[in-house]
Amino acid sequence: MTRVIRLIVNGTSREVEIPTYRTLLDCLRYDLGLTGSKEGCGVGVCGACTVLLDGKMISSCIALAVFADGHAVTTIEGLADDERLHPVQQAFVDAGGFQCGICTPGQVVSAKALLDAVPNPSDAQIREWMVGNLCRCTGYYKIVESVRAAAERSRA
Amino acid sequence: MNAFEYRAPRALDEALAVLREHGEDARAVAGGTALVTMLRQHLVRPGCLVSLRDVPGLDRIEATNGALRLGALVTHREAEVSPLVRERLPVLAETFRRVATVRIRHMATIGGALAHADPNQDPPVTLLVLGARVEIRGARGHRELPLDEFFRDYYETALEPGELVTAVTVPLAPAASGATFLKFLPRTADDYATVAVAAIVTLEPDGERCREARIALGAVGVTPLRARAAEALLSGQRLSESLLQAAGEAVKGAVDPLSDHRGSAAYKREMTAVMVGRALTQAWEAARRPAE
Repeated sequence: MTRVIRLIVNGTSREVEIPTYRTLLDCLRYDLGLTGSKEGCGVGVCGACTVLLDGKMISSCIALAVFADGHAVTTIEGLADDERLHPVQQAFVDAGGFQCGICTPGQVVSAKALLDAVPNPSDAQIREWMVGNLCRCTGYYKIVESVRAAAERSRA
Repeated sequence: MNAFEYRAPRALDEALAVLREHGEDARAVAGGTALVTMLRQHLVRPGCLVSLRDVPGLDRIEATNGALRLGALVTHREAEVSPLVRERLPVLAETFRRVATVRIRHMATIGGALAHADPNQDPPVTLLVLGARVEIRGARGHRELPLDEFFRDYYETALEPGELVTAVTVPLAPAASGATFLKFLPRTADDYATVAVAAIVTLEPDGERCREARIALGAVGVTPLRARAAEALLSGQRLSESLLQAAGEAVKGAVDPLSDHRGSAAYKREMTAVMVGRALTQAWEAARRPAE
């Protein structure tokens, strides 16, 4: 059983015919070719698949693509302005907020969502918000540092 | 995931009609955090998914007569940050804040969580201690149940096929009372509780004796549960630290935890007593604090 859904992905209207059971993550990766969002755990725990649905961060691995019908989705691919990185991306590069990189799209999208909601977060707020984005390399110090740097830079 | 028909009705009556039409083959879905995960794990194989996401009128938080009414589609995050909930029932806002991650709280709805009836969830514990009532709509009309009659067994509720949770009504805490929610998490901050405790202590006007104490527990039985024997030790009594600890000890007989990666059954039973003692101490302190 398939269904045609219309959604706005990173500012562009898209129409795609999908099986009703397609997850939003698989729709983004395999139907729309946006492979920045990753599947880690597949059960909504690790945060590698984080995207924004109407501006709110969600786990796209446990959202059905049909949930996004008529709605706006922002993925990691939608952050940079052509060749210019989004301030959060640049801060992760400068502060070394990643090593292997698999969790990074989710970390960056989550951090962007935090700064959209709370432009000037405390370290405690950063840690509480980012608690669901797992990284098995860095140990989190540099991730928190990256988010803090992005917030400082956005204020400047 | 198996193939299923997906319906997205735009009115509650229409949703109920679709559910009736498909009977036990249909499942209602809202946030999807529970159901889509179970679909992915092949734990459920419905022929039809009835989305409530486009049904209007179920996403409101309202102050009613001495209570707050939260629509079934209110998300955990909305309940957590709602100024109304934070002001009138801070213990409830704090409970929602302790659920999983912001991401999950953006998706998971209150009605969905109740219908899912996983005994490891946090909000039912606080809702139970506050004496919440569940509003249910079905083909035969509207009914209401106290939450402690709603949960029947592991993942089982009093919902009949074709019925939906539409709202939950939560009485405000009485004057001279203090309420607290504690979640024991030995592993990670976003985990399910090893044991979760909600307690509310209401004092007599003299501020000395306990008029009523209520204790609810999560993750230590097949449903969230009230510890009534322990509550009875406190009602009408002059409270003391030793009496509260005795009430904590008394809950051990009321719980039946499973041994799993969050701890052995024996460990969880011991920790339940410890956490109940702490929760009661905090609730008692809050009850004695003069109102702001």
